[in-house]
Amino acid sequence: MTDAIIEIADISKAFPGGVRAVDAVSLSIREGEFFALLGPSGCGKTTLLRMIAGFETPTEGAIRIDGVDMAGTAPNRRPVNMVFQSYAVFPHMSVAENVAYGLKMDGVAKPEMARRVEDALALVRLDGFDGRKPDQLSGGQRQRVALARALVKRPRVLLLDEPLSALDAKLREAMQLELVNLQKSVGITFVVVTHDQDEALSMADRIAVMETGQVRQLAPPAELYEHPNSRFVAEFIGKMNVIEATASDGVLTGPGLGVIARAPDLGDGPASVALRPEKIRLNMAPTPALGKDEAEIEGTVTTVSYHGAESHIYVDAGEGVLLSATVQNAERDAAHRVKRGDRARLCWRLADALVLKE
Amino acid sequence: MIAAYRRWKRLHPAGPLDYTRKWPMQLTLAATFIFLYAPILILILFSFNDSRRNIVWRGFTTKYYEKALGNESLIEAFVNSLTIAFVSTIVSTILGAMVAILLWRFRFPGKAGYEGGMALPIVIPEICLGVAMLAFFARIGWPTDLPWPLNLGNIIIAHISFSFPFAAVVIRARLAGFNRELEEAARDLGASEWETYRDVVLPYLKPGLVAGALLAFTLSLDDFVITFFTSGPDTVTFPVKVYSMVRFSVTPEVNAASTVLIVITLFLTAIAMRVQNRSAKRD
Ligand SMILES: Nc1ncnc2c1ncn2[C@@H]1O[C@H](COP(=O)(O)OP(=O)(O)OP(=O)(O)O)[C@@H](O)[C@H]1O
Ligand SMILES: [Mg+2]
Repeated sequence: MTDAIIEIADISKAFPGGVRAVDAVSLSIREGEFFALLGPSGCGKTTLLRMIAGFETPTEGAIRIDGVDMAGTAPNRRPVNMVFQSYAVFPHMSVAENVAYGLKMDGVAKPEMARRVEDALALVRLDGFDGRKPDQLSGGQRQRVALARALVKRPRVLLLDEPLSALDAKLREAMQLELVNLQKSVGITFVVVTHDQDEALSMADRIAVMETGQVRQLAPPAELYEHPNSRFVAEFIGKMNVIEATASDGVLTGPGLGVIARAPDLGDGPASVALRPEKIRLNMAPTPALGKDEAEIEGTVTTVSYHGAESHIYVDAGEGVLLSATVQNAERDAAHRVKRGDRARLCWRLADALVLKE
Repeated sequence: MIAAYRRWKRLHPAGPLDYTRKWPMQLTLAATFIFLYAPILILILFSFNDSRRNIVWRGFTTKYYEKALGNESLIEAFVNSLTIAFVSTIVSTILGAMVAILLWRFRFPGKAGYEGGMALPIVIPEICLGVAMLAFFARIGWPTDLPWPLNLGNIIIAHISFSFPFAAVVIRARLAGFNRELEEAARDLGASEWETYRDVVLPYLKPGLVAGALLAFTLSLDDFVITFFTSGPDTVTFPVKVYSMVRFSVTPEVNAASTVLIVITLFLTAIAMRVQNRSAKRD
């Protein structure tokens, strides 16, 4: 790819003691994109990011930034900057001194430095905070200082390690939007590490899902959500119902259920069928006319979990099949219509069911 | 009177956490204060006593302060002590900081052994250290007739060797709480390794450095045993001089000189605590 700004080729990191934190990862990050590294705790996201920044040396493989091999280049000489998980704002320096620090190290002249610091603080909406010390700031403000401090150096790539994990839910949502807007306005490539799939889906242009040191799938959010390539990705991103089914003659049947999905190219044998809860419709009465491309099963409502805008209805269809369906509470008091113990029918379009080979 | 107190107590019963209002606690506190501070207060008080024998109070005077100031050999001992303390504090703090950073930053073979060996002067009885120093300086033939301040050289070396481990331990403890990401952030922003130490690690270490320096200073200033063994026949430090004066009689002059020393120490401690409070608030 020609517009790749970071190219990671077959990189591995083995820590003393034998932990392979990153295992033969290859990916390329495009200029100007918002890239997310997503995965469960301990899957090697931070290690990968730290190798890009230069704080860890890869055991094998190469990292190229702007086409230049970074092997042997110290962190202070790389065209990337990092926002640390703890923000690492220097406690003994004022906000302005923190932001100016990187420029001072680059030998930028005083007047230009003052101007750029002011611009950077305005960018993260911290104008007027110049003289404050970090202990006089809130968590969110401290994070903006860390952002401004990294952005003021105009790096080619900004690396962010779990930038929002220390913030409370409300602030986190606001900052997600703000980060995306900031990224679009400065045009710098962002690489964000997160273990929050919701965060990755809403912010990133492309997401790499990692598990035990390896990249399982790299795709834009919608593709990741609608076309996961493995059971791991399917279950890690969003909610998913998985039914163990049997394939024969291009159709899949569930245990004690009828046809629940179609897969013309699939050979005969066991396979998993995955269904998103929001793609399942819940009918309390028998469906008047079931389309021929639809599936329907009947069961008993076991749990109704209320979430305000929507409710999650869990239905036991027998033979160990437990499905959850998401119902929008579009009308007031709609949620009370479904009760535990009711008989209910679940139906979905066969095309919405996903067949996972493994 | 007692009835009034009883009534007050009934109206304000002690809560379960009001430890200071329970008599065993109050007794302990009182005992601590009496045994710790009464001797010091009496020392200071009697430095103003207008009596040669210094046993009964005969009225207020400051003449023993004047006398102490006029006592040339006492002043000389005082200046010697301050010089030794000053130099050995600076060297001990720098050495202690370097050792602390070495132990914190690097892994090397024999590290555990080195860490233990370095702390040895803390646990070795002072008297043994004193004898060892005496034997050592005699063995290498350290000259005893050097002009001031070079004649303090061996005492300074001895003081550094027993006070730097204390400084190192204090600074090491401070370093243990250092957020490694601060160091990495500085590197990430373009600082070299040396600039990182100067701009990030050292400012963080400041309270530890101050505490270590204060410890080294007070250890050196009042050291008697090791100084007694290492000093030449003509070099006298303040504690040694006081000891020789007390052998004849405890005059108010000694009290006066000791009071001055206490004031200096308190003053330095107050400054150190101010510095520490200010940086402690930040992290
Ligand atoms: N310095 C180290 N020495 C030895 N093992 C390490 C070191 N750093 C990380 N590891 C191990 O490498 C693996 C990956 O760690 P890493 O920090 O990259 O995970 P992560 O994906 O960032 O997880 P989290 O979401 O919890 O931050 C873990 O098993 C961890 O224990
Ligand atoms: Mg991590």
